[in-house]
Amino acid sequence: MTEPLLTLSGVHTHIGEYHILQGVDLVVPRGGISVLLGRNGAGKTTTLRTIMGMWQASAGQVMFDGQDIAGRKTPDIARAGIAYVPESMAVFSDLTVRENLYLAARNGPLDTARLEWIFGFFPALKKFWNYPAGNLSGGQKQMVAIARAIVEPRKLLLVDEPTKGLAPAIIRNLIDAFREVKENFTTVLLVEQNFNVVKTLGDTVAVMDDGRIVHAGPMAELAGDSALQQQLLGLSLDAHQ
Amino acid sequence: MNDTALPAVQRDLAPHLLVPALVLAMLPLVGSFPTWVTLTVAGLAMGMMIFIMASGLTLVFGLMNVLNFGHGAFVSVGAFAATLVLLPMHGWMEADSLLLNLGALGLAIVVAMAVTALLGWAFERVIIMPVYGQHLKQILITMGGMIVAEQLIGVIWGPEQIALPLPTTLRGAIIVGDAAIEKYRLVAVVVGLLVYLGMFLTLNRTKVGLLIRAGVENGEMVEALGYRIRRLFVAVFAVGSALAGLGGVMWGLYKETLSAAMGSEVMVMVFVTVIIGGLGSVSGCFTGALLMALVANYAGFLAPKLALVSNIVLMMAVLLWRPAGLARK
Repeated sequence: MTEPLLTLSGVHTHIGEYHILQGVDLVVPRGGISVLLGRNGAGKTTTLRTIMGMWQASAGQVMFDGQDIAGRKTPDIARAGIAYVPESMAVFSDLTVRENLYLAARNGPLDTARLEWIFGFFPALKKFWNYPAGNLSGGQKQMVAIARAIVEPRKLLLVDEPTKGLAPAIIRNLIDAFREVKENFTTVLLVEQNFNVVKTLGDTVAVMDDGRIVHAGPMAELAGDSALQQQLLGLSLDAHQ
Repeated sequence: MNDTALPAVQRDLAPHLLVPALVLAMLPLVGSFPTWVTLTVAGLAMGMMIFIMASGLTLVFGLMNVLNFGHGAFVSVGAFAATLVLLPMHGWMEADSLLLNLGALGLAIVVAMAVTALLGWAFERVIIMPVYGQHLKQILITMGGMIVAEQLIGVIWGPEQIALPLPTTLRGAIIVGDAAIEKYRLVAVVVGLLVYLGMFLTLNRTKVGLLIRAGVENGEMVEALGYRIRRLFVAVFAVGSALAGLGGVMWGLYKETLSAAMGSEVMVMVFVTVIIGGLGSVSGCFTGALLMALVANYAGFLAPKLALVSNIVLMMAVLLWRPAGLARK
């Protein structure tokens, strides 16, 4: 078994009076693509935001690369080597594509070789380099958001529902990009609702329901077991047939 | 791969064209060219001073989502802090030398901005920080802060108005053709343009500026990129306060008298400017300030009774056209 890069143990998160995460246990192995599945409202986004420190865990441990990061502030967690792409993408629309990426390069100027690597799977970014990000299409904004997250080497990339509302061609482009990112030694934790998109991409999978992990294991195991898919993801599967 | 054609870069020129359009449209209405020149320069000068006072507030609104009704305190404190330099250096102020006049004025501005930046830093730490995200409390506590500041000015400098005459070489007017243009108004225009240029370059050409613009749009994402936005908040608040202090010095010299309430008196104009411009937009604030001052000046000449409500009418018109302000389509 590969050594875990991120481990959540008994994590609880409250948002106001709501108890969203109710003891999440999740292991993300180093160097692979882990997928977090679940229906709407299961707690997937809250899990990512809790890892990033945007919502503080009220109990439990979040171990990242040997350190407990629960309770740390978001900038410190980012500086520890975690990049985050939210569901909304959150590109800075008043800034150009270049400026969006330049801001994410904390350690100095943009690395030309790395940029060329990114342009290899997102050529649209080179084309729209000096255009305001707000003028781009949804798929192109998603490319900006992912490129911004990996413009410098990071240990872990958290991505929240990257394919939502995008055309199939763009989704295939994103899948190729995630494979490239994995080849470049970045671990990926991908939240997704569409099982068909990630079943060939993920190495491991966890399924959430009602703020808990209800299944975890190799992706191949879930992909090869229709009955288990139906049991865990019935409605989600139907929605994406 | 999505291989669509290059999207056109949308340049929103309409707000920038409003000021020249207004100025040109007023020429036939005013009738006399020299009068039009005088009114226009007076409006531009007043607009620049309002912009200097309002620019910090718009960034504080946009970046920190803070309703600082105490911003006027920094205007008053800046003006009074300048007297710490200008009154003892009255010899330089009254000398018939532009160099000595500007030397005293420059030193006063540095002191005023340093004092208000320091006060802004303390104000953010003590008064603003406990009420982040609570707008009603922000309004109450910052208004309270302004009242306390005004009373403290009265305690330190006394309750009477203080005369603050212009330096000798900046008094009077220069005559261009048949138009009289007050020298100090030209200074105000130059200072306002320099402040705008400085802010424009900072916001567009530096990483700190990009962080501020990004923070105005989505502070949480800026933090997720690894930047401590709280530190940026404090720095922006202090710089915004310092700009209000600079505006206070300029406004005090324009009026040639200082009172503790001068800050709260200009706050209506400052808030209208920030709203017209669009919260968080420096270029919108710049255009908004110029528009408001020019409209007030022209209205004061053409229809004096209308001048009383010109600010509000302008704000209504702009918000009907662009509900989020000039800079936000």
